[in-house]
Amino acid sequence: MIYKETGQYKSSYKSDHAIFPLIQDKIAFSTLMFIAFLVIPFVINSYWEKAILVPFLIFSLAAIGLNILTGYCGQVSLGTGGFMAVGAFSTYKIMTYFPDMNIMIIILISGLITAGVGILFGLPSLRIKGFYLAVATLAAQFFLVWLFNKVPWFYNYSDTGQITVSERLMFGIPVTGASAPPYATYLFCLVLVVLLGFAAKNLIRSKIGRSWMAIRDMDIAAEIIGVPPLKTKLSAFAISSFYIGVAGALYFAVFLGAIEVTESFDIMTISFPVLFMIIIGGLGSMLGSFLGAAFIVTLPIGLKFVMVDMVGMSAVTAKHFEITIWGLLMIIFLIVEPHGLARLWSIAKEKLRRWPFPY
Amino acid sequence: MRIKQLLMGIVASVIAVSSYVEIAVADLKFPMLVYRTGAYAPNGIPNADGFVDYYKMINARDGGIGGEKILHPECETGYKTQVGVECYEKNKQDAMVFQPMSTGITYQLIPKATADGVTVYSTGYGRTSAANGKVFKWIFNAPVTYWDGASIAVKHILGKNSNDIKGKTIALVYHNSAYGKEPIRTLEQLGKKHGFKLMLLPVDHPGQEQKATWLKIRKARPDYILMWGWGVMNQVAVKSAASIKFPMENFIGIWWSGSENDVLPAGEGAHGYKSLTFNAPGSNYQVHKDIKKYVHDKGEASGDGSHFGTVLYNRGLFQAMVQVEAARVAQQIHGTSKITPAMYRDGMENVKLDAKRLEELGFKDFAPPFANSCENHGGSGLAAVQQWDAKTKSWSMITDYMGSDRAIIDKLIAEDSNKYAAEQKIAERCN
Repeated sequence: MIYKETGQYKSSYKSDHAIFPLIQDKIAFSTLMFIAFLVIPFVINSYWEKAILVPFLIFSLAAIGLNILTGYCGQVSLGTGGFMAVGAFSTYKIMTYFPDMNIMIIILISGLITAGVGILFGLPSLRIKGFYLAVATLAAQFFLVWLFNKVPWFYNYSDTGQITVSERLMFGIPVTGASAPPYATYLFCLVLVVLLGFAAKNLIRSKIGRSWMAIRDMDIAAEIIGVPPLKTKLSAFAISSFYIGVAGALYFAVFLGAIEVTESFDIMTISFPVLFMIIIGGLGSMLGSFLGAAFIVTLPIGLKFVMVDMVGMSAVTAKHFEITIWGLLMIIFLIVEPHGLARLWSIAKEKLRRWPFPY
Repeated sequence: MRIKQLLMGIVASVIAVSSYVEIAVADLKFPMLVYRTGAYAPNGIPNADGFVDYYKMINARDGGIGGEKILHPECETGYKTQVGVECYEKNKQDAMVFQPMSTGITYQLIPKATADGVTVYSTGYGRTSAANGKVFKWIFNAPVTYWDGASIAVKHILGKNSNDIKGKTIALVYHNSAYGKEPIRTLEQLGKKHGFKLMLLPVDHPGQEQKATWLKIRKARPDYILMWGWGVMNQVAVKSAASIKFPMENFIGIWWSGSENDVLPAGEGAHGYKSLTFNAPGSNYQVHKDIKKYVHDKGEASGDGSHFGTVLYNRGLFQAMVQVEAARVAQQIHGTSKITPAMYRDGMENVKLDAKRLEELGFKDFAPPFANSCENHGGSGLAAVQQWDAKTKSWSMITDYMGSDRAIIDKLIAEDSNKYAAEQKIAERCN
């Protein structure tokens, strides 16, 4: 009754191609942006910042990146952790070489460097597909992490192999380092995520996005109708890696501040969780990237909150439960809704259109 | 139907969450970052049990510290940095002290805790140069540091070779992380001074895969092996050394590689394995009797109570004792039992545990005396060597507590902490 397209006429191509064609969607999205930009910064505290919102934004970005490659272009990748490490270490090196450069520019350059590395590791995708490509990108993961741990130049010859961020300002307010206020780091990430999110959404709706999907759905057919596989696959790797690189840069500079490559960019802490995010959220869906990231970031914290703080369970029992519930949910999800949370959302929208008179 | 149920569930949980009200308390909060799950749990569990039992005993015997009960909420980190940060943010409000029990998390917390004004006590781990109190105001790592440990191990080897180890090879088997890399520079400097060759053998997290490492050792035959390991890595290393018949008395672990869990799986093969330690093994001390009386006999032991008197349990007691003592000192200095986190830091900086005070606390001959000061947050720098007897299944101390090569260590600490101070623009204190 409330949510329906009846009566909303499109009189131009422009309005027909809008990202949110329905007025209700526009209102919902503007409300969300209003809350994100004008309400949360005033109420955020460091727990919400460090435990929930900043990791959510960063992992959303990483999930968008992986979704471009895996969800839209059909190239499976397990190298997310390695590519995020490239972003983080590029940021660190540029920060130390150019102490006066603006942090936003540093992070975007780090993304470009990661895009270059991504193209390099994307080359095998022209010959190998599916599981075999997953193994090749796994090699990228292990090689890159090994490289950043082995070659002391990357961590400026520090004794422990750790890289530490120094304080950087944005409009006179620190956004990196320990003294950065919660609202500043949050807004910094939010601006990047919103800008890059819109860019990705529009890329996907453009020629390049359509050629990715053509390659995903059937690469031989796509080639016959004139989609060049080389250019298409490599552009997917480049753009995907750019997003993942920016996520890695933020993960290091804004979120953690000090990083040890073997621990922070491990396959179990980054690559698999990000892959789960897009599977649970929905392959080939922008909304899915966000929903998946929110789900994976908040699930352990939410479970812990319910079990330890409310029910009063001991921390270790709760952890064992968490591990079990986690595995169970993963299986249930894959059986009940293999298309992810984004699909659940569209089902809900369908139902809303018919409500209260379903037929 | 399914969606309806789902929605009902969400509504119910939202109501449940919003009805939850945090109970405000005036007690002293000592949040614990523990890991009773994951690859490091075999070491994390006994240590956490030691902490909890000590806190419970103080609450039961003395009614808390100066009448203020100890709160010790546990937060499970699984030894993961990101979870450690979440646990810290969750518990930092009014927290007296954080004991991360992980060098990675300690590095993570150093800048955050310094900005927030929260004490971090990394007992014999973490960032070694935090021993320089002039730079690291909020960080303490007494009574001994990794660089001391490296030097003391080499000193022990020197003693066995009438002070001449020229041309010998010492291998370092280390956890490939900030923790394991800590001693490398010290060992390089000592190698220059004493003329031994250093062979570096990293082992990647979690440490189960060590075949290549021990193949290299079999080929190169180093004279001595030092180990900086933790969790599963220790057991696998001791087993591997036993299986290649490496002379165990030439295999020395750091104090985190010398608990019962690490040697028992290797059985007879582990006989003669050595490790450093800064506290005694066994359960015949006054503090154990008190814990037995006030905690275990009432059936309130943490965990299953089976770790009572083991090396890491005892270390947990020692760590908890120093933290509690710091609160007492803070209460004396500021003349109030309700201390703030800032007052607590003053207490930690003025902790003086001499032989007399240790005896009063039930820790007679348990650990060497030490004291913190404004300049020195690293304590006495004393450690001893203990050796494993596989027949009686017990550790025994084979040396006295000894100090490190101060000439080298102090220089390294000054260098590293000054570098940090310059990077972070910290002005020196205590002048």
